[in-house]
Amino acid sequence: MNKALEINHLKKSFGDLEVLKDISLNAEKGDVICIIGSSGSGKSTLLRCINLLDIPDSGEVWVNGELIKMSKNKAGNYYPQDQDQVDRIRTKLAMVFQSFNLWSHMTVIQNVVEAPIHVQKIDKNKANKLGLELLAKVGITEKADQFPSSLSGGQQQRVAIARALAIEPDILLFDEPTSSLDPELVGEVLRVMQSLAEEGRTMIVVTHEMGFAKGVASQVIFLHNGHIEEQGTPDELFNAPKSERLKRFLESNLAI
Amino acid sequence: MDSFILLRFGDTGWGDEMLRAAIVTILVSLSAMAIGLLVSVFATMSKLSSNGFIRSIGNTYTTVVRGIPELLVIYLLYFGANNAIMGVAKKLFGYNQYIELPVFLIAAIAVGIISGAYSTEVLRGAFLAVPKGQIEASKSVGMNKFLIFRRILIPQVMRYALPGLGNVWQLTLKDTALIMVTGLVEIMRQAHIASGSTYSPFTFYITAALLYLVLTTASSRVLNSAERWANKGVRRA
Repeated sequence: MNKALEINHLKKSFGDLEVLKDISLNAEKGDVICIIGSSGSGKSTLLRCINLLDIPDSGEVWVNGELIKMSKNKAGNYYPQDQDQVDRIRTKLAMVFQSFNLWSHMTVIQNVVEAPIHVQKIDKNKANKLGLELLAKVGITEKADQFPSSLSGGQQQRVAIARALAIEPDILLFDEPTSSLDPELVGEVLRVMQSLAEEGRTMIVVTHEMGFAKGVASQVIFLHNGHIEEQGTPDELFNAPKSERLKRFLESNLAI
Repeated sequence: MDSFILLRFGDTGWGDEMLRAAIVTILVSLSAMAIGLLVSVFATMSKLSSNGFIRSIGNTYTTVVRGIPELLVIYLLYFGANNAIMGVAKKLFGYNQYIELPVFLIAAIAVGIISGAYSTEVLRGAFLAVPKGQIEASKSVGMNKFLIFRRILIPQVMRYALPGLGNVWQLTLKDTALIMVTGLVEIMRQAHIASGSTYSPFTFYITAALLYLVLTTASSRVLNSAERWANKGVRRA
């Protein structure tokens, strides 16, 4: 059986700064992989290289056994060979962003059904029905016809999760989904994410929520300075960290 | 009392002439605004291009047109366009006669090019105001460039651009007064002619002022309701 996600020897620099240095990782179907690490460790860039919001400098990304085809231009820069393939694979990889990024000119339900109707060409009534089901799932049905600006951060993020689920992706990518939320709103988003993990969805989660990583992840990756410093089950990493850096990271993050 | 006699409709007064001139002003303004918007869409794309050469085309356009007086742009186009057409006709077809383009067309193009330069800056600002994250969100659900442009960018750009474009419209409307130098009979030209033949300049210039005010007031009403419509979903701070 194909792996849900396979990343081989991914490298990425911004100018002189090497952000990712030869990263490889695998996710089986149903895995919840939490990527932790201090800011600047390359966590978000790694996630963004998976769906090509950032273009890696070299390396391979396989989604469900399909390689995202890349080419090199004359200047030696990597670029996607087939943009249609990228667009198609992106519908298998929904992303939830730190700053929600809901489309501000559309209502909540319009945000959720936009891609199903216009990208996946699903029948409008069917899409709306699915949209309302998803809003019920994230507990926000009563706001369906409101605009994102009238929602709290936690509500907006739950809508963003519903929007991601609406394209029926194989893998969910979460980029620090709770980092811009007020502390009292973090819980409602984490609960939704936990229920998704319990459904057996494949998730890659960049997060600062150690409690979530500890309780929900099937695998935790500790990124430091653009390489994988330590990797294993939550039990291994949180209860018996091997590297000095991870120990120090955990001390400063769990102490709060 | 004299003024009312002068402004009567029919053969003895100038009322119908002034009204007809007002309609010409409206038509020139609308055509110029449309031409300007069309030009500004391309100029905006050019200014936002990643290609340095393409970018410099847009930059030159807005810098030159905004940097010289409007009246001068109109003169340059008025004389330049006829000369250019005659030159081309001579070169290609050996046609040696004097050609004059319809003055309405030249006027609309001249004011359109001026208005387009200002619209370009408005549109550019509006494009840059669309949060980058919303574009990334669109990509992340598999939307292609065309779909992002149509479904996400355009509606938001319109919203951000509307107040600025309203401003450009008011300027365009007033800039049409300058095209009196081409001989096109719009409000200003008509007022000039009428005051010359009646020796009552004040009557006609005040009439012209009132006509412009009616036009600008009416258009700001329309623009206000357009803005209200476009701003649904935006929370005011």
